[in-house]
Amino acid sequence: MTTSHDLDPVKARIAARGVSVYYGEKRAIDNVSIDIGDEYVTAFIGPSGCGKSTFLRTFNRMNDTIAGARVEGEIKLDGVDIYKSGMDVVHLRARVGMVFQKPNPFPKSIYENVAYGPRIHGLTTSKAELDDSVERSLKRAGLWDEVKDRLTESGTALSGGQQQRLCIARAIAVEPEVILMDEPCSALDPIATAKIEELIAELRGRYAIVIVTHSMQQAARVSQRTAFFHLGKMVEYGKTSEIFTNPREERTKDYITGRYG
Amino acid sequence: MSELSSHERTQRIAARLAKRHGAERRFRAIGFFAVALSALVLAFLLVTMTSNAVGGFKRAELAFKLDLSGSALQIDPSQLAGDDPLQALESAGLRDVVQFATAKALGDKAAAELDSEAWREVARQVAADPALLNSGFDVSLPASDDLASGLRGEGTPQVVALAQELAAKDQLATRFDPGFLTRSDATSPQTVGIWGALKGSMLTMLVTLALAFPIGVFAAVYLEEFAPRNRWTDLIEVSINNLAAVPSIIFGLLGLALFLTIFPYWRSAPLIGGMTLALMTMPVIVISGRNAIKAVPPSIRDAALAVGASPVQTVFHHVLPLALPGVLTGTIIGMARALGETAPLLMIGMKAFVATPPSGFTSPSSVLPVQIFLWSDEINRGFVERTSAAIIVLLIFLLVMNGMAIYLRNRFENRW
Repeated sequence: MTTSHDLDPVKARIAARGVSVYYGEKRAIDNVSIDIGDEYVTAFIGPSGCGKSTFLRTFNRMNDTIAGARVEGEIKLDGVDIYKSGMDVVHLRARVGMVFQKPNPFPKSIYENVAYGPRIHGLTTSKAELDDSVERSLKRAGLWDEVKDRLTESGTALSGGQQQRLCIARAIAVEPEVILMDEPCSALDPIATAKIEELIAELRGRYAIVIVTHSMQQAARVSQRTAFFHLGKMVEYGKTSEIFTNPREERTKDYITGRYG
Repeated sequence: MSELSSHERTQRIAARLAKRHGAERRFRAIGFFAVALSALVLAFLLVTMTSNAVGGFKRAELAFKLDLSGSALQIDPSQLAGDDPLQALESAGLRDVVQFATAKALGDKAAAELDSEAWREVARQVAADPALLNSGFDVSLPASDDLASGLRGEGTPQVVALAQELAAKDQLATRFDPGFLTRSDATSPQTVGIWGALKGSMLTMLVTLALAFPIGVFAAVYLEEFAPRNRWTDLIEVSINNLAAVPSIIFGLLGLALFLTIFPYWRSAPLIGGMTLALMTMPVIVISGRNAIKAVPPSIRDAALAVGASPVQTVFHHVLPLALPGVLTGTIIGMARALGETAPLLMIGMKAFVATPPSGFTSPSSVLPVQIFLWSDEINRGFVERTSAAIIVLLIFLLVMNGMAIYLRNRFENRW
């Protein structure tokens, strides 16, 4: 069972209760419950293969694309169960954006990358509005100044860190409520990583942000809540400051002090 | 194994190095030899074909001044402006008039060696310009097949002598024959043309492309992106793979049994030919299309799905554009095979003698490879060069078709 610290009650955006995920016969996530709130950045940490990414992907049902993946339990977004029958996955993903481990811009222009979401969802009614939306998203992603003169160039021509910020801009252009980040900095150098971390700090409060990370330093820097996963179980969950300074579980302590992982 | 000293280790590596480098050199030599051999064969093919074909684009022609003004040709000018001036001229007896006028200009012996269809070329000129009826004008008309042989030094001594005599007076010569590209099949190599078969091939390929490309691409997309993985889709996959390996004549039999039973009046039609070839081309497009779709990185699908694109939007906005170059490559291969296909078209009657170019998708027609097959079967020597010329036309058609596809492929080529 999870050891939970005494926390101020959060207004839960996402409320997961008793969630288990199976890949065929194999159980990747075992009975996890957590509340994700607006005002905090929540970090999932843990060794490779502990299921933290799998759990993250249940929030926008990206696991649906994996053959044999099955989710049990209940995940509510604003009080509505996202796994109930009749839930429109397309609509869900418009509300829960995602940034992936490896930057994956579309092989189209920078402008088209950001404009794609608003366009397919019909969020803008005119070219001018769409231009505004693209500019706003790129500004929020801290990329505008670097690309404003070359919006027609291919998104894949940018550097790795810029590509990742472009992916963040693409995600926020749809104005989601939640942004899921799956190890967004693992393919980036320290300078690009620092930029993304600054960006996460700026986006905090506007969106509920969940970040999966391998780097404990990163979790400590960007998050206010941390959940430690091990072998498919959520071992400990609490304020980031407490998890890192005063973990209650032996396994958490071992991981944080670098005994394994 | 006991540990080797540093010196021993170096020695052992050096001893093997010569062998390893030798293997590399041998492999490169074999590779170079293989490429050189294929280049040589290709060059040989092109050189022999082209040198033969040069003759195929020429024919022996009688050149003289044809004077119809004093002839007994009775024709109303309004008839010449009508729907079928050639028919009108034939009824008015142009054939005999031309024969007579030729005899007057070149003598009886030479006039007898005018090709029996030569008057048609006069008729075409007259139809274009009726004023020619009232004056003499220069013509260059096809000589008979015998006289053409005589000009090459073949045939009876009399014909050879006549040919030499006319050639000495500049009245008989081998001339470039642009009409080869605008006429259709005929019984004499002097008056055959390739246009009928070329147009037939174009129409057939259009039908094939219009059917095989969309069906093949949609089938590939559905099987790769949407179909559930189960026994049925496995069965379909195996069937499509086997379909691509079925001998083409079987497709001809299928076309015969299926399409010609439903549409019995469209025997020899490009529509039926195209449908039959589409059956054969579709599996090739499906297989290459599936491979191309499979090669699109999953991260692109994730990216599109994660911003809320529906599966169909993901496929049509992102996956298919990225897969298109690969799909087009498969289409080129399939279409090239279809263009060169003879056997299935023989089965559905496209080997008929068709002397007029097809007027539409449902009129009888020949296609280039069948035309080549038919001409190569002719005993007449004059057809040998015409066959080579037809092969060149087929190869150029193929090059143009592939060139267009490669141009399209490069335009859509995207890097990720």
